[in-house]
Amino acid sequence: MSTTPPPAFELAGIRHRYGARTVLSIPHLAIPRGETLGIIGPSGAGKSTLLRLLQGLERPTEGTIDVDGAPMPHPVPLPLSRRITTVFQRPLMLDRSVRDNVLFGLRVRGIKDRAAADPLLERLGLVHLANARARHLSGGEIQRVALARAMAIEPDVLLLDEPAANLDPANVARVEAFIRDAQSRGTTIVLVTHNTHEARRLAHSTVLLIEGGVVETGPTAALFESPAEERTRAFLAGELVY
Amino acid sequence: MSLTLQVSGLALLIATVLGVPLGAVVGLTRFPGRGLVTLVLYTGMGLPPVVVGLVVYLMLSRSGPFGSMDWLFTPAAMVVAQTIIAFPLVAALTMSAVEGVDPDLRLQVRALGATRWQTGWTILREARIGLTAAIVAAFGGIISEVGAVMLVGGNIEGQTRVLTTAIVLSTRQGDFALAMALGLVLLLLALGANAALLQLQGRAK
Repeated sequence: MSTTPPPAFELAGIRHRYGARTVLSIPHLAIPRGETLGIIGPSGAGKSTLLRLLQGLERPTEGTIDVDGAPMPHPVPLPLSRRITTVFQRPLMLDRSVRDNVLFGLRVRGIKDRAAADPLLERLGLVHLANARARHLSGGEIQRVALARAMAIEPDVLLLDEPAANLDPANVARVEAFIRDAQSRGTTIVLVTHNTHEARRLAHSTVLLIEGGVVETGPTAALFESPAEERTRAFLAGELVY
Repeated sequence: MSLTLQVSGLALLIATVLGVPLGAVVGLTRFPGRGLVTLVLYTGMGLPPVVVGLVVYLMLSRSGPFGSMDWLFTPAAMVVAQTIIAFPLVAALTMSAVEGVDPDLRLQVRALGATRWQTGWTILREARIGLTAAIVAAFGGIISEVGAVMLVGGNIEGQTRVLTTAIVLSTRQGDFALAMALGLVLLLLALGANAALLQLQGRAK
Protein backbone atom coordinates (compact mmCIF):
# COMPACT_ATOMS: atom_id res chain seq x y z
CA MET A 1 0.00 0.00 0.00
CA SER A 2 1.28 3.45 -0.75
CA THR A 3 1.82 5.75 2.20
CA THR A 4 0.93 9.13 0.82
CA PRO A 5 0.94 11.58 3.74
CA PRO A 6 -2.47 13.09 4.46
CA PRO A 7 -2.97 16.64 3.19
CA ALA A 8 -2.27 19.52 5.54
CA PHE A 9 -5.95 20.44 5.29
CA GLU A 10 -8.89 18.62 3.84
CA LEU A 11 -12.24 20.38 3.77
CA ALA A 12 -15.43 18.43 3.12
CA GLY A 13 -18.99 19.66 2.85
CA ILE A 14 -18.17 23.12 4.23
CA ARG A 15 -21.03 25.58 4.43
CA HIS A 16 -20.39 28.62 6.56
CA ARG A 17 -23.13 31.06 7.40
CA TYR A 18 -23.33 34.41 9.11
CA GLY A 19 -26.96 34.56 10.16
CA ALA A 20 -29.03 33.55 7.16
CA ARG A 21 -26.30 34.45 4.66
CA THR A 22 -24.07 31.65 3.37
CA VAL A 23 -20.62 33.17 2.92
CA LEU A 24 -18.69 30.04 2.01
CA SER A 25 -19.64 26.78 0.35
CA ILE A 26 -16.84 24.32 -0.43
CA PRO A 27 -17.85 20.72 -1.20
CA HIS A 28 -14.25 19.48 -1.18
CA LEU A 29 -10.79 21.01 -1.05
CA ALA A 30 -7.44 19.44 -0.17
CA ILE A 31 -4.31 21.44 0.53
CA PRO A 32 -1.26 19.16 0.22
CA ARG A 33 1.45 19.52 2.82
CA GLY A 34 4.33 21.73 1.82
CA GLU A 35 2.51 23.24 -1.12
CA THR A 36 1.19 26.72 -1.76
CA LEU A 37 -2.47 27.15 -2.57
CA GLY A 38 -3.49 30.40 -4.17
CA ILE A 39 -7.01 31.65 -3.52
CA ILE A 40 -8.14 34.23 -5.98
CA GLY A 41 -11.46 35.90 -6.45
CA PRO A 42 -13.21 39.24 -6.25
CA SER A 43 -13.84 41.09 -2.98
CA GLY A 44 -16.49 39.45 -0.85
CA ALA A 45 -15.82 36.01 -2.31
CA GLY A 46 -15.21 34.46 1.13
CA LYS A 47 -11.42 34.31 0.83
CA SER A 48 -10.69 35.80 4.25
CA THR A 49 -13.44 33.72 5.84
CA LEU A 50 -11.74 30.59 4.56
CA LEU A 51 -8.50 31.65 6.26
CA ARG A 52 -10.33 32.20 9.57
CA LEU A 53 -11.69 28.66 9.36
CA LEU A 54 -8.24 27.24 8.62
CA GLN A 55 -6.70 29.18 11.52
CA GLY A 56 -9.45 27.78 13.75
CA LEU A 57 -10.73 31.22 14.74
CA GLU A 58 -14.19 30.19 13.59
CA ARG A 59 -15.89 26.84 13.39
CA PRO A 60 -17.65 26.01 10.11
CA THR A 61 -21.43 26.00 10.40
CA GLU A 62 -21.50 22.69 8.53
CA GLY A 63 -18.87 20.29 7.26
CA THR A 64 -15.48 19.13 8.46
CA ILE A 65 -11.90 20.31 8.30
CA ASP A 66 -9.23 17.65 8.73
CA VAL A 67 -5.71 18.71 9.65
CA ASP A 68 -3.03 16.14 8.80
CA GLY A 69 -5.75 13.52 8.48
CA ALA A 70 -7.51 14.18 11.81
CA PRO A 71 -10.58 16.36 12.41
CA MET A 72 -9.80 19.83 13.75
CA PRO A 73 -11.23 20.02 17.28
CA HIS A 74 -12.92 23.14 18.63
CA PRO A 75 -11.62 24.94 20.55
CA VAL A 76 -8.39 24.23 18.71
CA PRO A 77 -5.79 22.88 21.16
CA LEU A 78 -2.79 25.14 21.63
CA PRO A 79 -0.15 22.78 20.15
CA LEU A 80 -2.17 22.61 16.92
CA SER A 81 -3.05 26.31 16.73
CA ARG A 82 0.59 27.21 17.34
CA ARG A 83 1.62 25.38 14.17
CA ILE A 84 -0.58 27.71 12.11
CA THR A 85 -0.41 31.46 11.82
CA THR A 86 -2.10 34.15 9.76
CA VAL A 87 -0.93 37.44 8.32
CA PHE A 88 -4.16 39.38 8.26
CA GLN A 89 -5.30 41.68 5.50
CA ARG A 90 -5.35 44.60 7.93
CA PRO A 91 -2.47 43.74 10.25
CA LEU A 92 -2.59 45.45 13.64
CA MET A 93 0.55 46.28 15.54
CA LEU A 94 0.97 46.02 19.29
CA ASP A 95 1.85 49.35 20.85
CA ARG A 96 5.51 48.38 21.24
CA SER A 97 8.65 48.57 19.15
CA VAL A 98 8.87 46.90 15.75
CA ARG A 99 11.34 44.40 17.21
CA ASP A 100 9.03 43.50 20.08
CA ASN A 101 6.18 42.99 17.63
CA VAL A 102 8.29 40.57 15.62
CA LEU A 103 9.33 38.73 18.77
CA PHE A 104 5.78 38.48 20.15
CA GLY A 105 5.06 34.96 18.85
CA LEU A 106 8.32 33.71 20.36
CA ARG A 107 7.66 35.48 23.66
CA VAL A 108 4.29 33.77 24.14
CA ARG A 109 6.07 30.45 23.49
CA GLY A 110 8.53 31.25 26.24
CA ILE A 111 11.45 31.84 23.85
CA LYS A 112 13.53 34.87 24.79
CA ASP A 113 15.77 35.22 21.76
CA ARG A 114 16.00 38.95 21.10
CA ALA A 115 18.39 38.40 18.22
CA ALA A 116 15.77 36.50 16.21
CA ALA A 117 14.03 39.59 14.88
CA ASP A 118 16.80 41.46 13.13
CA PRO A 119 17.65 38.97 10.35
CA LEU A 120 13.97 38.87 9.40
CA LEU A 121 13.68 42.66 9.47
CA GLU A 122 16.87 42.91 7.45
CA ARG A 123 15.46 40.73 4.68
CA LEU A 124 12.34 42.87 4.48
CA GLY A 125 14.25 46.14 4.44
CA LEU A 126 13.05 47.18 7.90
CA VAL A 127 16.05 46.72 10.17
CA HIS A 128 16.55 50.48 10.52
CA LEU A 129 13.07 50.65 12.06
CA ALA A 130 13.64 47.89 14.65
CA ASN A 131 13.41 50.29 17.60
CA ALA A 132 10.64 52.47 16.19
CA ARG A 133 7.14 52.38 17.65
CA ALA A 134 5.29 49.97 15.37
CA ARG A 135 2.08 52.01 15.46
CA HIS A 136 3.88 54.90 13.79
CA LEU A 137 4.81 52.99 10.64
CA SER A 138 3.21 53.34 7.21
CA GLY A 139 0.72 50.79 5.92
CA GLY A 140 3.29 49.09 3.72
CA GLU A 141 5.81 48.89 6.55
CA ILE A 142 3.21 47.42 8.89
CA GLN A 143 2.37 44.79 6.32
CA ARG A 144 6.03 43.72 6.16
CA VAL A 145 6.40 43.73 9.96
CA ALA A 146 3.33 41.49 10.14
CA LEU A 147 4.98 39.07 7.73
CA ALA A 148 8.21 39.05 9.76
CA ARG A 149 6.16 38.57 12.96
CA ALA A 150 4.46 35.51 11.45
CA MET A 151 7.66 34.06 10.01
CA ALA A 152 9.55 34.45 13.31
CA ILE A 153 7.64 31.52 14.77
CA GLU A 154 8.51 29.28 11.79
CA PRO A 155 4.98 27.94 11.39
CA ASP A 156 4.13 24.71 9.58
CA VAL A 157 1.21 26.50 7.96
CA LEU A 158 1.25 30.12 6.89
CA LEU A 159 -2.02 31.79 5.95
CA LEU A 160 -1.44 34.99 4.02
CA ASP A 161 -4.25 37.46 3.35
CA GLU A 162 -3.17 39.88 0.62
CA PRO A 163 0.41 40.09 1.91
CA ALA A 164 1.59 42.41 -0.84
CA ALA A 165 -1.50 44.56 -1.32
CA ASN A 166 -0.07 47.91 -0.19
CA LEU A 167 3.49 47.52 -1.42
CA ASP A 168 5.56 49.16 -4.10
CA PRO A 169 7.21 46.87 -6.69
CA ALA A 170 10.57 46.69 -4.87
CA ASN A 171 8.88 45.56 -1.68
CA VAL A 172 6.60 43.16 -3.53
CA ALA A 173 9.78 41.47 -4.74
CA ARG A 174 11.17 41.36 -1.18
CA VAL A 175 7.96 39.87 0.19
CA GLU A 176 7.75 37.30 -2.57
CA ALA A 177 11.36 36.25 -2.01
CA PHE A 178 10.52 35.90 1.67
CA ILE A 179 7.53 33.70 0.83
CA ARG A 180 9.74 31.57 -1.43
CA ASP A 181 12.10 31.00 1.49
CA ALA A 182 9.20 29.64 3.50
CA GLN A 183 8.22 27.44 0.57
CA SER A 184 11.71 26.01 0.35
CA ARG A 185 11.55 25.16 4.06
CA GLY A 186 8.44 23.07 3.38
CA THR A 187 5.88 25.46 4.84
CA THR A 188 2.33 24.90 3.69
CA ILE A 189 1.02 28.24 2.48
CA VAL A 190 -2.44 29.48 1.66
CA LEU A 191 -2.15 32.74 -0.23
CA VAL A 192 -5.25 34.86 -0.60
CA THR A 193 -4.85 37.52 -3.24
CA HIS A 194 -6.86 39.38 -5.80
CA ASN A 195 -3.65 39.84 -7.73
CA THR A 196 -3.74 36.97 -10.21
CA HIS A 197 -0.10 37.56 -11.19
CA GLU A 198 1.00 36.98 -7.63
CA ALA A 199 -0.92 33.70 -7.46
CA ARG A 200 0.64 32.69 -10.74
CA ARG A 201 4.16 33.39 -9.49
CA LEU A 202 3.84 31.68 -6.11
CA ALA A 203 1.06 29.10 -6.00
CA HIS A 204 1.33 25.42 -6.95
CA SER A 205 -2.41 25.18 -7.29
CA THR A 206 -5.11 27.80 -7.35
CA VAL A 207 -8.77 28.07 -6.41
CA LEU A 208 -11.10 30.67 -7.85
CA LEU A 209 -13.78 31.63 -5.34
CA ILE A 210 -16.75 33.74 -6.35
CA GLU A 211 -19.57 34.59 -3.93
CA GLY A 212 -18.45 31.92 -1.50
CA GLY A 213 -18.40 29.10 -4.02
CA VAL A 214 -15.53 27.28 -5.74
CA VAL A 215 -15.70 28.06 -9.44
CA GLU A 216 -12.62 26.17 -10.46
CA THR A 217 -9.59 24.59 -8.86
CA GLY A 218 -6.49 23.00 -10.28
CA PRO A 219 -2.76 23.32 -10.86
CA THR A 220 -1.97 27.00 -11.24
CA ALA A 221 -0.52 26.77 -14.75
CA ALA A 222 -3.47 24.80 -16.08
CA LEU A 223 -6.03 27.06 -14.44
CA PHE A 224 -4.44 30.17 -15.87
CA GLU A 225 -3.61 28.84 -19.30
CA SER A 226 -6.59 26.70 -20.12
CA PRO A 227 -9.42 27.40 -17.70
CA ALA A 228 -12.21 24.87 -17.90
CA GLU A 229 -14.89 27.27 -16.74
CA GLU A 230 -16.19 30.23 -18.66
CA ARG A 231 -16.39 32.29 -15.43
CA THR A 232 -12.71 31.58 -14.73
CA ARG A 233 -11.76 32.78 -18.19
CA ALA A 234 -13.85 35.91 -17.72
CA PHE A 235 -12.37 36.60 -14.25
CA LEU A 236 -8.80 36.19 -15.51
CA ALA A 237 -9.57 38.47 -18.43
CA GLY A 238 -10.71 41.10 -15.96
CA GLU A 239 -14.31 41.03 -17.04
CA LEU A 240 -17.06 41.56 -14.54
CA VAL A 241 -18.24 38.16 -13.40
CA TYR A 242 -20.19 38.94 -10.26
CA MET B 1 -2.00 63.58 56.14
CA SER B 2 -0.17 60.27 56.32
CA LEU B 3 -3.39 58.60 57.49
CA THR B 4 -5.21 60.10 54.49
CA LEU B 5 -2.65 58.56 52.15
CA GLN B 6 -2.59 55.24 54.00
CA VAL B 7 -6.37 54.83 54.00
CA SER B 8 -6.94 55.94 50.42
CA GLY B 9 -3.81 54.23 49.14
CA LEU B 10 -4.74 50.88 50.66
CA ALA B 11 -8.34 51.21 49.45
CA LEU B 12 -7.07 52.02 45.96
CA LEU B 13 -4.71 49.05 46.00
CA ILE B 14 -7.46 46.63 46.99
CA ALA B 15 -9.91 48.13 44.49
CA THR B 16 -7.27 47.83 41.74
CA VAL B 17 -6.33 44.25 42.55
CA LEU B 18 -10.01 43.24 42.46
CA GLY B 19 -11.38 45.70 39.92
CA VAL B 20 -8.87 45.42 37.08
CA PRO B 21 -9.28 41.64 36.62
CA LEU B 22 -13.07 41.91 36.90
CA GLY B 23 -13.21 44.79 34.41
CA ALA B 24 -10.94 42.88 32.03
CA VAL B 25 -13.05 39.72 32.20
CA VAL B 26 -16.31 41.61 31.68
CA GLY B 27 -14.78 43.64 28.85
CA LEU B 28 -13.19 40.71 27.03
CA THR B 29 -15.66 37.87 27.42
CA ARG B 30 -19.32 37.20 26.74
CA PHE B 31 -21.31 35.36 29.37
CA PRO B 32 -24.92 35.24 30.54
CA GLY B 33 -25.63 38.08 32.93
CA ARG B 34 -22.89 40.28 31.49
CA GLY B 35 -25.36 43.07 30.82
CA LEU B 36 -26.48 42.99 34.44
CA VAL B 37 -22.89 43.10 35.74
CA THR B 38 -22.19 46.08 33.46
CA LEU B 39 -25.31 47.85 34.73
CA VAL B 40 -24.32 47.23 38.36
CA LEU B 41 -20.77 48.49 37.75
CA TYR B 42 -21.95 51.64 35.97
CA THR B 43 -24.46 52.29 38.76
CA GLY B 44 -21.71 51.67 41.30
CA MET B 45 -19.63 54.41 39.71
CA GLY B 46 -22.19 56.91 40.90
CA LEU B 47 -22.67 55.56 44.43
CA PRO B 48 -23.05 58.49 46.86
CA PRO B 49 -20.17 58.06 49.34
CA VAL B 50 -22.41 58.97 52.24
CA VAL B 51 -24.75 56.07 51.40
CA VAL B 52 -21.77 53.71 51.22
CA GLY B 53 -20.73 55.07 54.60
CA LEU B 54 -24.16 54.44 56.03
CA VAL B 55 -24.28 50.83 54.81
CA VAL B 56 -20.76 50.09 56.03
CA TYR B 57 -21.68 51.73 59.35
CA LEU B 58 -24.70 49.45 59.74
CA MET B 59 -22.65 46.38 58.79
CA LEU B 60 -19.91 47.17 61.28
CA SER B 61 -22.01 48.53 64.14
CA ARG B 62 -22.38 46.43 67.30
CA SER B 63 -25.67 44.91 66.16
CA GLY B 64 -24.56 44.51 62.53
CA PRO B 65 -23.38 41.25 60.94
CA PHE B 66 -19.71 42.23 61.22
CA GLY B 67 -20.01 44.03 64.54
CA SER B 68 -17.83 41.52 66.34
CA MET B 69 -14.82 42.66 64.30
CA ASP B 70 -14.88 45.93 66.19
CA TRP B 71 -13.83 47.92 63.12
CA LEU B 72 -16.26 50.83 63.45
CA PHE B 73 -14.48 54.15 64.04
CA THR B 74 -11.13 52.64 62.99
CA PRO B 75 -9.07 53.24 59.85
CA ALA B 76 -9.99 49.68 58.75
CA ALA B 77 -13.64 50.74 58.43
CA MET B 78 -12.57 53.75 56.35
CA VAL B 79 -10.58 51.49 54.05
CA VAL B 80 -13.59 49.21 53.61
CA ALA B 81 -15.85 52.15 52.71
CA GLN B 82 -13.38 53.71 50.29
CA THR B 83 -12.67 50.36 48.64
CA ILE B 84 -16.40 50.00 47.97
CA ILE B 85 -16.44 53.47 46.40
CA ALA B 86 -13.30 52.91 44.30
CA PHE B 87 -13.97 49.35 43.14
CA PRO B 88 -16.78 50.00 40.62
CA LEU B 89 -14.86 52.98 39.23
CA VAL B 90 -11.77 50.87 38.60
CA ALA B 91 -13.73 47.91 37.23
CA ALA B 92 -16.05 49.87 34.93
CA LEU B 93 -13.32 52.11 33.53
CA THR B 94 -11.06 49.07 33.01
CA MET B 95 -13.91 47.43 31.16
CA SER B 96 -14.36 50.33 28.79
CA ALA B 97 -10.59 50.63 28.33
CA VAL B 98 -10.21 47.01 27.15
CA GLU B 99 -13.35 47.30 25.04
CA GLY B 100 -11.66 50.22 23.30
CA VAL B 101 -8.89 47.97 21.96
CA ASP B 102 -9.60 46.85 18.39
CA PRO B 103 -11.24 43.38 18.63
CA ASP B 104 -9.28 42.27 15.56
CA LEU B 105 -6.08 42.70 17.56
CA ARG B 106 -7.25 39.92 19.87
CA LEU B 107 -7.66 37.57 16.91
CA GLN B 108 -4.23 38.49 15.59
CA VAL B 109 -2.63 37.94 18.99
CA ARG B 110 -4.30 34.55 19.21
CA ALA B 111 -3.20 33.66 15.69
CA LEU B 112 0.38 34.32 16.81
CA GLY B 113 -0.02 31.55 19.38
CA ALA B 114 -1.00 33.39 22.57
CA THR B 115 -3.01 31.46 25.15
CA ARG B 116 -6.22 32.96 26.50
CA TRP B 117 -4.36 34.36 29.50
CA GLN B 118 -1.57 35.76 27.36
CA THR B 119 -4.14 37.32 25.07
CA GLY B 120 -5.95 38.93 28.01
CA TRP B 121 -2.70 40.23 29.47
CA THR B 122 -1.60 41.59 26.08
CA ILE B 123 -4.90 43.43 25.61
CA LEU B 124 -4.64 44.88 29.14
CA ARG B 125 -1.19 46.15 28.27
CA GLU B 126 -2.57 47.72 25.10
CA ALA B 127 -5.23 49.44 27.21
CA ARG B 128 -2.72 50.79 29.74
CA ILE B 129 -3.58 54.44 29.16
CA GLY B 130 -7.21 53.73 29.94
CA LEU B 131 -6.17 51.66 32.95
CA THR B 132 -4.14 54.53 34.34
CA ALA B 133 -7.12 56.81 33.84
CA ALA B 134 -9.28 54.32 35.76
CA ILE B 135 -6.91 54.25 38.72
CA VAL B 136 -6.41 58.02 38.72
CA ALA B 137 -10.17 58.60 38.64
CA ALA B 138 -10.73 56.18 41.52
CA PHE B 139 -7.99 57.80 43.59
CA GLY B 140 -9.42 61.25 42.96
CA GLY B 141 -12.83 59.93 44.00
CA ILE B 142 -11.78 58.52 47.35
CA ILE B 143 -9.10 60.92 48.53
CA SER B 144 -11.55 63.79 48.25
CA GLU B 145 -14.66 62.13 49.69
CA VAL B 146 -15.82 63.07 53.15
CA GLY B 147 -19.20 61.48 53.77
CA ALA B 148 -18.14 57.86 54.15
CA VAL B 149 -14.97 58.40 56.19
CA MET B 150 -16.83 60.80 58.47
CA LEU B 151 -19.58 58.24 59.20
CA VAL B 152 -17.51 55.10 59.64
CA GLY B 153 -14.34 56.71 60.97
CA GLY B 154 -15.94 59.21 63.27
CA ASN B 155 -13.30 61.90 62.71
CA ILE B 156 -11.42 61.02 65.90
CA GLU B 157 -8.33 63.14 66.36
CA GLY B 158 -5.13 61.18 66.03
CA GLN B 159 -6.99 58.04 65.02
CA THR B 160 -9.44 58.47 62.15
CA ARG B 161 -9.16 62.13 61.22
CA VAL B 162 -8.19 62.57 57.60
CA LEU B 163 -7.74 65.73 55.57
CA THR B 164 -11.31 66.03 54.35
CA THR B 165 -12.86 65.51 57.78
CA ALA B 166 -10.33 67.89 59.33
CA ILE B 167 -11.36 70.53 56.78
CA VAL B 168 -15.02 70.07 57.71
CA LEU B 169 -14.22 70.42 61.40
CA SER B 170 -12.00 73.50 61.12
CA THR B 171 -14.57 75.19 58.89
CA ARG B 172 -17.30 74.54 61.46
CA GLN B 173 -15.05 75.96 64.17
CA GLY B 174 -14.48 79.07 62.10
CA ASP B 175 -10.78 78.38 61.58
CA PHE B 176 -10.88 79.19 57.88
CA ALA B 177 -7.14 79.67 57.56
CA LEU B 178 -6.48 76.13 58.78
CA ALA B 179 -9.29 74.78 56.57
CA MET B 180 -7.82 76.51 53.53
CA ALA B 181 -4.34 75.28 54.34
CA LEU B 182 -5.56 71.71 54.70
CA GLY B 183 -7.47 72.06 51.45
CA LEU B 184 -4.29 73.14 49.74
CA VAL B 185 -2.44 70.12 51.15
CA LEU B 186 -5.21 67.85 49.86
CA LEU B 187 -4.94 69.41 46.40
CA LEU B 188 -1.18 68.97 46.40
CA LEU B 189 -1.53 65.34 47.47
CA ALA B 190 -3.94 64.65 44.62
CA LEU B 191 -1.66 66.45 42.22
CA GLY B 192 1.39 64.52 43.35
CA ALA B 193 -0.33 61.15 43.23
CA ASN B 194 -1.69 61.78 39.75
CA ALA B 195 1.68 62.99 38.52
CA ALA B 196 3.28 59.80 39.87
CA LEU B 197 0.71 57.60 38.14
CA LEU B 198 1.12 59.44 34.86
CA GLN B 199 4.85 59.05 35.17
CA LEU B 200 4.44 55.29 35.65
CA GLN B 201 2.25 55.13 32.60
CA GLY B 202 4.83 56.99 30.55
CA ARG B 203 7.48 54.49 31.59
CA ALA B 204 5.21 51.60 30.64
CA LYS B 205 5.13 52.82 27.05
